[in-house]
Amino acid sequence: MRKSRKRWLPILGVILAFALVAAACGDDDAGGDAPEDFKIGIVLVGPGNDRGYSQAHLEGAQYAVEQLGLSVEDDLLVLEFANTSDTPGLSLPGTAQDMIDLGADLIIFSSDDMRDGVFEAAEQLPEFPIIWVSGDSAWSDGKDFQADKANLANVWGQMIFGKMIAGCAAALETETGEIAYMGPLTNDETRRLVNSAYLGAQYCWENFRDEPADLGFAVTFIGFWFEIPGVTLDPVLVVNDFIDGGADVTLSGIDANTALIRSGQRADAGEAVKAVPYDFIGACEEAPDICLGVPYFNWGPAYLDAARAVIDGSFSNTWSWVEPNWDDINDLDNSVVGFFQGEGLSADNAASLDTFIAGLADGSINLYEGPLNWQDGSQFLGDGETATDFQIWYSEQCVEGIVGVCSLNVFG
Amino acid sequence: MTRTRMTTVLLPILVVLGSMAVLLLLAGTNPWDPVRTIVEGSIGWPPFEGGSGRKVGDTFMLWVPIALASAGLIVTFNAGMWNIGIEGQIIMGAIAAAFVAREVSVSRPLLILLAILAGAAGGMLWGLLVGVLRTAGGVNEIFGGLGLDFVALSITTYLIIGPWARSGVASTSGTNPFPDDALLPSLGGSKLSPLAIAIAVVALLGVWMLFRGTLYGLKLKAVGRNRPSSFLMGIPTNRYLLGSFMICGALAGLAGTSQAIGFHHKLIPAISGNFGFLAILVVLLARFQPVWVAPISFFFAMIAVGSPGLSLRLDLHGSLGGVLQGVLVLSAMLGLGWAAYLARRRATAAAESSNE
Repeated sequence: MRKSRKRWLPILGVILAFALVAAACGDDDAGGDAPEDFKIGIVLVGPGNDRGYSQAHLEGAQYAVEQLGLSVEDDLLVLEFANTSDTPGLSLPGTAQDMIDLGADLIIFSSDDMRDGVFEAAEQLPEFPIIWVSGDSAWSDGKDFQADKANLANVWGQMIFGKMIAGCAAALETETGEIAYMGPLTNDETRRLVNSAYLGAQYCWENFRDEPADLGFAVTFIGFWFEIPGVTLDPVLVVNDFIDGGADVTLSGIDANTALIRSGQRADAGEAVKAVPYDFIGACEEAPDICLGVPYFNWGPAYLDAARAVIDGSFSNTWSWVEPNWDDINDLDNSVVGFFQGEGLSADNAASLDTFIAGLADGSINLYEGPLNWQDGSQFLGDGETATDFQIWYSEQCVEGIVGVCSLNVFG
Repeated sequence: MTRTRMTTVLLPILVVLGSMAVLLLLAGTNPWDPVRTIVEGSIGWPPFEGGSGRKVGDTFMLWVPIALASAGLIVTFNAGMWNIGIEGQIIMGAIAAAFVAREVSVSRPLLILLAILAGAAGGMLWGLLVGVLRTAGGVNEIFGGLGLDFVALSITTYLIIGPWARSGVASTSGTNPFPDDALLPSLGGSKLSPLAIAIAVVALLGVWMLFRGTLYGLKLKAVGRNRPSSFLMGIPTNRYLLGSFMICGALAGLAGTSQAIGFHHKLIPAISGNFGFLAILVVLLARFQPVWVAPISFFFAMIAVGSPGLSLRLDLHGSLGGVLQGVLVLSAMLGLGWAAYLARRRATAAAESSNE
């Protein structure tokens, strides 16, 4: 017996050694391959706990830092409220310089609103890798390609699909046949998302509800990504107007979670209203009973890829409009866009929604296929014509069927 | 420095520093760290040696509007007018300068000169409107000014999402950046514009001169101290009140011009940076003395530029800078109250001793 134990010792040693090597390789696979002093800086337009756009970015950056085996506390630099209303003395190039002084190796500017400051920073720090989220400055076929800014990359998720799913959920649940969308400001991006929500809603209204009446779909833009008192419309009043006007489902397109919170208050008062928030996976927690679900950004995988590119020296001025992971859009390690189904969605409608998502995934449902007109009646897509990325990205109008001012000049 | 001025200027600053130290200690932070962070984030550490020229430039370029607005307010305060409408005058100056920057095509020196003149004119006319409402309409300048602040903000918002909207965009994030030719010339790599600094310095000197060595300034002070008596002495008080609003408005308009073509390089809704309201505090702290306006304005400019660093370097909320300003307001009121109390006590003592 003693002899037998001795014979097993070398084998045990080999197994242990193999386990150690495997564990080390496993760390590498998990991403713990960053230099010890690697740091990421992220500039948020709002607060990092807004249960909306900024929190989604913050948590994405935290995910990337953790996957790299770094410390969120020490290796992630965060600046909140990076907008001129909250911080009048803000200078984005100055912020970038601050972050570099603190050791940042990659800086992420998370908002479309930061465009001018990001360009300035990229010009003044030409060797430093910068990401401008949602922009098109690195798209060589885009309208705003900045060839001279080799250090500036763009990343954005294909939220058009998230919004299609959101619109579908709204159409499945509405009792009044009136859906409303609270948009931020009007630009190509926001029109693209409103259009996608409308197309998703229209598809599901026609294919799952089989209602004789037309679906109503109204949009109101408040003027900015979040409320600025005295400057933008008040989101609470906008939601009130929607509900008082007959809409029983409100979709949100702004950074903050006001649509869900206000709808929740109206629901608590006995009204049959529901809402679909935006941006953040945990947004439904504010009013779970009336939340149909949330199309969310999961920035972690994209930020991790960018950080790895900086580490291995392959970072370049790429434009990435990342598709959801169609195998599982809620795979948090692989999908940049997802849809979290809320408790406000009935089991039957959840099943219908899954069917719709499966159709988007396998390509059998393509909502950007003609015939499709713009809001002013002019042709967007001819019969059978499929929209290109360029046509979808630069959505110059809302599509026909949406009620509300989406034009460039909101004063008409 | 007299004992009274020591009390009214230094006491509030000492009180605010003490209050902040207590607050920070309660928050578990070494009180010195935020101070150093703000200094480091604005003018570098050691001051003017470490740090980037870009931040120093930003600090000076925020000093300019605060100093200009404060210089203007010294004029209206001396005339006995609470020109709360200065925010609107800054905004209208910025709008007028933005109009020239966007719409006029002439040589660069002429374009900048026109933008500066337009900015001053825009602010002056808006200030005059407050004055006309006060003198001709009997509308208290506080209410008239506040109302016109909102009107000016609405006009800015309208322009930004309407006629001056970016191509394809209707957003309150601002207009397109102005052409390079319309921007104030700056020292390389920063926004620091010697021209803007010079304008602010000249304005402060001019206001100092106005009340130190001109008959106009003396009469303006008389109007501010006792309007009925001044009128009886033959001073056309309404004309002097209107003049004070025009001077203040012009200086505020220049502040807006600096914000538009010197700092932000575009028109944004928050173009005033609330520096008009901040200037009220500066002037109260400075006891209406232009000499003190310069350093106090610089102190606030440092807070504005350095505060974002609190979040980055110390994990403190950037709004701590705003808290600092808020405590300073209260401290300023305390200092003024204390000075008034001392003055009353001295007067009483003097009266009693003369009776004896």
